[in-house]
Parts: sequence; C-alpha cells; structure tokens
Amino acid sequence: MTQSPLLLSVDNLATHFFSQEGILEAVDGVSFDIHAGEALGIAGESGCGKSVTAQSILRIVPKNGKIVMGEISLFQNGESVDLVQLEDRGQEIRQIRGGEIAMVFQEPMAAFSMVYTIGNQITEVIRLHQDCSQSEARDRAIEMLRRVGMPQPEQTIDAYPFALSGGMRQRAMIAMALSCHPALLIADEPTTAVDVTIQAQVLELMKDLQRDMGMALIVITHDLAVISELCDRVMIMYLGKDVESAPADVIFRDPKHPYTIGLLRSVPELGEGHSQELDPISGSVPSPYRRPAGCPFHPRCPDFIPDVCDVHLPPQIELAGGHSVRCHLYVQD
Amino acid sequence: MAQADAVPTGTNTTTQSPPGQLPQQREEGRGLPSADNVLEVTDLRKYFPILRGFFRRHVGEVKAVDEVSFHVARGETLALVGESGCGKTTTGRCVMRAIEPSGGSVLFRKRDGEEIDITTLTRPELRSVQQHMGMIFQDPFSSLNPRLTVLEIIGEPFVTRKLISGRRELEERVAQLLRSVRLDPTYMRRYPHAFSGGQRQRIAIARALALDPDFVVADEPVSALDVSVQAQILSLLKELQSELHLTYLFITHNLSVVEYLSDRVSVMYVGQIVELGRTDSIFRQPRHPYTEALLSAVPVVETGKAGRRRERIILEGDVADPSNVPAGCTFHPRCPYVQDICRDEEPQLVDLAGANGSHPHYVRCHFAEELDLQGVRNSPQ
Ligand SMILES: Nc1ncnc2c1ncn2[C@@H]1O[C@H](COP(=O)(O)OP(=O)(O)OP(=O)(O)O)[C@@H](O)[C@H]1O
Ligand SMILES: Nc1ncnc2c1ncn2[C@@H]1O[C@H](COP(=O)(O)OP(=O)(O)O)[C@@H](O)[C@H]1O
Ligand code: SF4
Ligand code: SF4
Ligand SMILES: [Mg+2]
Ligand SMILES: [Mg+2]
Repeated sequence: MTQSPLLLSVDNLATHFFSQEGILEAVDGVSFDIHAGEALGIAGESGCGKSVTAQSILRIVPKNGKIVMGEISLFQNGESVDLVQLEDRGQEIRQIRGGEIAMVFQEPMAAFSMVYTIGNQITEVIRLHQDCSQSEARDRAIEMLRRVGMPQPEQTIDAYPFALSGGMRQRAMIAMALSCHPALLIADEPTTAVDVTIQAQVLELMKDLQRDMGMALIVITHDLAVISELCDRVMIMYLGKDVESAPADVIFRDPKHPYTIGLLRSVPELGEGHSQELDPISGSVPSPYRRPAGCPFHPRCPDFIPDVCDVHLPPQIELAGGHSVRCHLYVQD
Repeated sequence: MAQADAVPTGTNTTTQSPPGQLPQQREEGRGLPSADNVLEVTDLRKYFPILRGFFRRHVGEVKAVDEVSFHVARGETLALVGESGCGKTTTGRCVMRAIEPSGGSVLFRKRDGEEIDITTLTRPELRSVQQHMGMIFQDPFSSLNPRLTVLEIIGEPFVTRKLISGRRELEERVAQLLRSVRLDPTYMRRYPHAFSGGQRQRIAIARALALDPDFVVADEPVSALDVSVQAQILSLLKELQSELHLTYLFITHNLSVVEYLSDRVSVMYVGQIVELGRTDSIFRQPRHPYTEALLSAVPVVETGKAGRRRERIILEGDVADPSNVPAGCTFHPRCPYVQDICRDEEPQLVDLAGANGSHPHYVRCHFAEELDLQGVRNSPQ
C-alpha cells in the first residue's frame, strides 16, 4: 500500500478530569497517526476514552478537564501545527474546527439548534469558513444536502431539525459537517442511536463520501462490525490506554491483545446459528477512579502473569505489519 | 462510589444444552389451543389516542400494535424483533397487562394446565397470575430502586405477597437467587449504586425469577450494557432457561442476539407481524422483503475467511409513522419488490408451510411464494 501524506499525528496524549473524587485519567498516553484519505476506527467499551480523545483533537474538552500531556500535530501544506498549543477559544482552532476537521455526533439533535432551520445553520457554517455570499452559501448547502441523499433538498433546507425523521437528521448533520470539505471527519458513534436499516444507509453514505471527497475519517464506536465495514486501521482502547492497533483486516483475523480477543468472542455473530458459544470476558470495566496497577486489564485477563502484569505497565510492542500491542505476552523482535 | 467486584460467571466451563424442546407443528394463535403453549395471543391490538389542543380533542390513533397473533410454547424462546417504534415493547406490556390492550385476547396456561385469559381478569386476579410471569427491562440503572438494598429489592415480591415472614428464611431465599445469577450472596446488604451495569442486570434477573415464574418477558435486557457484559448476560439467560425450564418472550432489535437465543422469531413492522417462524429457517431463507433487508443491513466483522459479503440491500426512507400507516402493504414505500397491488391491497399473514408438513412459517406479503430472497451466509444446516 502506498502511503498518502501524514495528516494528523497524536503523540502520547493524556487528558484528565479533575473533581472532588480525584483525578480521572480519561485518556492516558494515546498515540496514533492518520494519513490523508485514511479511515481509522477507535473501539472500546463505554468510558474507555474514545470521545475524550475526539474532544481533545478538536479542543472541546469540557471545562473540568485538561490536556495534561502530549502533542496533536495537524499537517497542512507542508506545515504542521500542534493543536494542543492553540488558544482553546482562539481564532485558529475555530477555523480548523468545522474547516479542516469536522465532527458528527451520536445524537444529531445535539449538533443543531432547534430554533433555526437546518439551512440557516448549514449556511452559517459555510460562511464562517468560506468567503461567499448568502445565496452562494445557500446553493452550496442545497448541493450538500442533495449529496447526502436528502429528499427534496430545495424544500428540506427550510425545515426545522425537529421536523425531520431520525435518518434525515443524521443526513443533515453529515451535510453540515461536510459543507466545508474537511480533510478529516470525526464521527462519534454516528449510528448508535439509529435503527439498523438507517445505520446501513448512513454507513453506505459515509463510505461513498469518504471515497469521493478523499477525506480522512475517525470512526468512534463500540461496534467492531461498524469499524470492519468502514475502516482501514483500528485502535482498541481500554481504560484510557491504546491497547492494540493494527490494519483492520489484520486485527480481526489475528488479534493479539487478550482484551481484543475477548471482545471479538463476546459478540454473537450473525450467520453462526443458535449453538454458537460465547466466551464472555469475566467481570466488568472497573471504576475509572480505581484503575488497576500495572496492566489495566489484568483483573479480567485470562492470561494474567502474576507479579508482572499487576506491577508493570506493559510497553508498546511493535509487531510486523504495522501492528502494535501493549501486553507482556509479547516481546519486541 | 465503590464498585463491587464481579464474580466470574463460570460460563466458560458450562456446556450448554439447547433450551427446551423444539415446538411441534401447530396452528398459530387462533383456533387450536395446544396443551404445551404457555401463551396464546390472538388479534392483540393497542391503539393510543392522539390528542390535540386545549380540549385534548381526539384527532387520530397510533396503531402501536395491530392484529398481532402468536403463541409461545413451553420451554422455548420466541424473539420479537423489529426497528424502533414497531410495537415490540407495547406487545410485551400488553401481554403482562402492564397496559390495557385495546382488543384481542391473551391466553396464559399455568404449569398445572389451568388456562386464564389475562385480558378479562380483575386486578386482584391479575396480581395472582402475574406471580407466574417475570419481567426484565432494558435499563438496569432505572429499574432498581436506589434507596433499597439488594435484599429488599429481590425480597420484595415475597414480602408484599406475604409468602415469607421470617427474616432468616427471606435471606436464605435471596442468597439462593443471587447465587443462581452468579452473584456473591454477601452483596445483599449493598445498594444498587455499588454495582456495575451487568451486576445490576443480574440483580434485576434475580428479582424477576424470585417467584419461580414459568414465563419471562425480557425487553432489550442487554442493550444498555457494555459489549463484554452483554455476552455474560446472554449466556446467563440461556443457562437459566435450561436449569429452570423457563419460557422466554425476548424483545430485541439485535438480529445476532435473536439468532443466538431464540427458537422462533416474529419480525414486526409498524405494529404488525410480517414474518413468523423458526429462527434458523427464516435467517437462512427469509420470505418477507423486510426481513431480508434487516438481515442484510447488519454490519459484520470481516475476518477475511469467508470472502467479502454480497451486495447490501439499502432500504430507502424511514420506518413508516404508525399514526399514518401507508395503505395496502405498510412496507410498500420502502420495498424493493413493490408491485401495483401492494399499494392498494393489504396482504394477510399466511402460513407458507401449509399442508406440506413442515414447521409453520407465516408471511405477510403478496409475493412471498414467488420471491427468492437472501438470508445470512453460512447459516448452519
Ligand atoms: N465532563 C466530564 N467530567 C468528568 N469525567 C468525564 C467527563 N467526560 C468524560 N468523563 C470520563 O472520562 C472517561 C472517558 O469518557 P468518554 O466519554 O471518552 O468515554 P467513551 O469511550 O466515549 O464512552 P461512551 O461509549 O460511553 O461514550 C469516562 O470515565 C468518563 O466518565
Ligand atoms: N404512551 C404512548 N402514547 C402514545 N404513543 C405511544 C405510547 N407508547 C408507545 N407509543 C407509540 O407506539 C409505537 C410502538 O411503541 P413501542 O412498543 O414502545 O416501540 P418499540 O418497538 O421501540 O418498543 C411507537 O410509535 C410509539 O411512539
Ligand atoms: S499485560 Fe498481562 S494482564 Fe495485561 S493483557 Fe497482557 S497478559 Fe493480560
Ligand atoms: S406485499 Fe408488496 S410491498 Fe409488501 S412486502 Fe410484499 S412485495 Fe413488498
Ligand atoms: Mg462516547
Ligand atoms: Mg422498546
């Protein structure tokens, strides 16, 4: 595979929240790269830090949280800028947000205000990032709505968000996110709140748009099958750590980390019939305030090595073929 | 907020026997009652009024459930599957008479053979029948009272029905129930907040099983849980079924879960059953275009071993609005096989197996016999 140029490089990112209960290490030392046009899936169970990773990239971490470590380099036209160093309400990040990097959320209602039409909101985004007149912006908005498969875009553009069905709202939100042709789209659980037939529509749409517009994609989800359908690479997170990362076809065929293996064995697979055996991971994700010492997965791990896994944090091991894993079962060649 | 430690479920070591017996051939719902049916639902309807304006004028009706008929045989699992708003929960609630159906009958057959039409019972009669039915809900966070201990939550049915009076006896029974859902009995003095989602769902299951029901309605019992915990609860439900000879009405939108857990499946679309029959045969060869599209829409993990999947069927548009149901076949605006007749004439639920002796397979489509539809790949048999 010929590699396209590097677009975003996240290096040793840590984002923590501070409260009376203590410090919550929501993201704790995560690294990954995205090349132009590439699709990365970030998977893991609820609370593992997927959304906070996205919030950190866009610099929209809630007030009680803070990026405490790491770099997030965005490369444009041969130059790079460290997003962590930008003023969080400054002009520069506001141009990047919705411009170079756009985001869609699980709940489309959160992306739209209820008191303006979707057309007003999309044209406002376009005019914030592009130099054009009101009517040019409206034409572009209609074009984008058509592009995402919205029925009768000339009429729908004047609809209020609450008047649209779930699937149409999802499309409107994607149209808004894509209206300025971002180089990177971050989709946080884009189909978790929609039905399976609508999910199929949205996944197909994202695949087409990504191919046609050559944009890079970060898909955040707890559903490995969604990632398998959309992504080139996968990063698995557990309790704020990136525990395994590999090309999609490799990780599903040959997962290395005991957590990834467990996750894959936990989901009943369509087509496997009534008699398939699930092999659930024991226990549950611990409270983030009581993160286990050593490998955070050790209390649930079937391959746990006493006096090693519960003491030492496993280092990142690079295996062949762009596959890396944080686990004491593996050694660097 | 300390979380209690989980106890291993032990599911890895337990061998699973298929729950219950496969249902024998029988007529659906109406007409022929069969002695091994726990439940026979006939022409069940639930219409919710749409009220508008200051005077709450009655301007229309949401047909949440419309002419739904099915049976559940003793020891089997019948899954109700369909997209959001299709009437699954409403069906489940009508069956328990947690809400009043607008019409139809729900026949419940107790273990001793006594038959009871749930829809005609008085409140006190209903309460005594509800002993034999358990209910598990989606959200283990809101379904448990945060001010009560686990002992009080699970013990509540015994206390309010005055079935157990002694403290020791109650604790003994609750401990036994906790063990049956693979929780440590010493947890009984704790409050729900000290437990994880999966542990709370185990507590909710223990409560649903407290009075030793024959029949359990489970409404999306794993949808709110983490992926790794879903598998634990699904395995537990399967094990409990064979240990306690339970009969399940299992409501879900997840087709992989349907396949994993159910003997038969009823596919719903806008308040109606569009296909009903054995899960393995429907998944292998669906006969209704909506079922075909649902199965095709499920994303799957590509391991590369079976080659890339065939083209996906992408349905256009959204699920129909149950307060404004399309004429003819309710699925016609989205159906890739639609013909003129579908726009005007409503198809009936017809048994395709008919007289040829195979298992009943009901389909509501004018072209059920002609269409050659695709099921899921490598379905066994
Ligand atoms: N505003 C906040 N204040 C305090 N803690 C937070 C805040 N936002 C997130 N967290 C905590 O950070 C951790 C990671 O949260 P995040 O939302 O990234 O998880 P996630 O992987 O996206 O989970 P989900 O699948 O539930 O959305 C969790 O423990 C969460 O409770
Ligand atoms: N109390 C109610 N009043 C009005 N409409 C309702 C009520 N409860 C459910 N409905 C409607 O009935 C239909 C079926 O609902 P439900 O059975 O809850 O669907 P689901 O399959 O998601 O469980 C939906 O259109 C829903 O909006
Ligand atoms: S480091 Fe040890 S405990 Fe952690 S995943 Fe690897 S084997 Fe398991
Ligand atoms: S009756 Fe017609 S519209 Fe309805 S499912 Fe069958 S072919 Fe499609
Ligand atoms: Mg999230
Ligand atoms: Mg429901």
